Amino acid sequence: MIKTGIRRLLLLAVTLLLVTVLAFVAFSIIPGDPTDSILGMNATEEQIAVLRSQLGLDLPLWQRYWNWLSGFLTGDLGTSYNFDMPVATLLSSRIVPTLTLAGMSFVLILVISVPLGVLSARYAGGRLDKALTVLTHLNMSVPGFVMGIAVVYLFGLVLKWFRPGGYVSPEEGLGAYLRFMLFPSLAVALPKSAMTVKMLRSSILSELHADYVRTARAKGNPPGATLWRHVLRNAMLPVVTFLATIMAELLAGSIVVEQVFSIPGLGQMLVSSIGNRDYPVVQAIIVLVGFAVVVCNFLADSVYHLLDPRLKGR
Amino acid sequence: MKKRSWYFTCGMGLTAFMLLYIVVGFFWTPCDPTALSSADKLAAPSAAHIFGCDHLGRDVFSRTLAGAGTTLVIALAVVAVGFVFGLIIGALCGYYGGVLDSVVMRLCDAITAFPSILLAMVVIAITGAGTYNVIAALGVLFIPSFARLTRGEFIKYRERDFVKAAKLAHVSDLRILFVHILPNTWPVLLSGLTIGFNNAVLSEASMSFLGIGVGPSEASLGRMLSEGQSVLLSAPWCTFFPALVIILLVLGVGLLGEAARERIG
Repeated sequence: MIKTGIRRLLLLAVTLLLVTVLAFVAFSIIPGDPTDSILGMNATEEQIAVLRSQLGLDLPLWQRYWNWLSGFLTGDLGTSYNFDMPVATLLSSRIVPTLTLAGMSFVLILVISVPLGVLSARYAGGRLDKALTVLTHLNMSVPGFVMGIAVVYLFGLVLKWFRPGGYVSPEEGLGAYLRFMLFPSLAVALPKSAMTVKMLRSSILSELHADYVRTARAKGNPPGATLWRHVLRNAMLPVVTFLATIMAELLAGSIVVEQVFSIPGLGQMLVSSIGNRDYPVVQAIIVLVGFAVVVCNFLADSVYHLLDPRLKGR
Repeated sequence: MKKRSWYFTCGMGLTAFMLLYIVVGFFWTPCDPTALSSADKLAAPSAAHIFGCDHLGRDVFSRTLAGAGTTLVIALAVVAVGFVFGLIIGALCGYYGGVLDSVVMRLCDAITAFPSILLAMVVIAITGAGTYNVIAALGVLFIPSFARLTRGEFIKYRERDFVKAAKLAHVSDLRILFVHILPNTWPVLLSGLTIGFNNAVLSEASMSFLGIGVGPSEASLGRMLSEGQSVLLSAPWCTFFPALVIILLVLGVGLLGEAARERIG
């Protein structure tokens, strides 16, 4: 158990390192020099040379990687070309809304999809199941930002439950902040909930034929209790893995949906930085998201092993 | 049996309708999709403009026709790039295995760790926006998932008797890979293709929505949606119709994929 744990931690470290290498190399092969975008076209040779050595661009690639990585690990994410301030400062305030959005959507997905998945499986083939299947397919075909626009239209403009574009920062009031964030979270969560319902339904249906279900029923358990207590626990296993892979998509979805609700999060920063070719900011966001995803996958894998005693020692 | 035909019929019908819609859009649009008209600014749907007009007086119907065409071409190209390279890489890795397989698969892991749209955005940050850059960015990012899918299938078949028999008969490896094994994998690959296609459509739309997709001269459903959002209350048709086109296109292909998966079992 400890041995496999150590091995998985090592693998995690290697993957994280690979993420940084990819992010670094991708931005090192960019044609053109960052000095162009900082100094403009009319810079003299000397100005360029001075700035290049200031930015460390005259060093060999591996040394630049090493400097960048050691900076990164100590919290120095570089300096934004565009804002002329540390990327870490720039991102620290932006990271909160994005994480809130992803986290709240994750909770919403669980709240929406677990009951619906169980109901859909319990009454498989019935009218409720059919309606849910149609709804699920329809829901899966809606891109996150379209769902966002629909939420803005329905809850913001028609029902007036929130003010579109009226983002409230957590400092101004935590309650109002969470209340506002509920709507974008809904937009991120709905399409993914559809997938989770579908996944859970087929997972439960395949479990229902297992011997332990017959045993539990033969012992006199009512069907509902068997489903919730025995089957769901086993059926959740593949769903946990699925939910971990969804974390990546949730972050990406949050980034796009932020734009719909004008939330000043990482997504807005990323889009404007791409427009401004502000590479240090883009690079930092990519590495942070990559780290988050890799760590989530690792956690899901660990939870999977905890949930399934059969995997002990493997 | 009954359910399978339901998915297939609905999916086929919807996809055929959307393809017809798009193909018509290649040859004919009722108005010039880029023609501005200040008189028709935000005009509601009417006989002359059945989907209404946008904030610059452009005909929304014509623009969805043209925009859906752009989206389809990009999505098909993306899937083609991802599929061809993914197939070759996956087939070789799955069939031969070994060190190369492990290295390539770790690399695929690292790439798929990132949300694909995010990576595509990074590639666009580096190369600049534009149709070909979007295709290249998304296409390359779709390779790992196809490679993984193909690899799994080829691993499944490489120990099968018909492959061993072919080896004994001195059939060349290339022939075993692409003539003997490949046809068996089609059902799984096809269902993967439908998922890939839908992801490509959604990614392209999202990128255009964020303003980092195709060039500004090109009609695009994503950009129509981002422009329509500012007039959501006064002119909901600017948002509704492009959204509907995307949803129907994705839904149709998704149902076809579902039908394919049900046949696999």
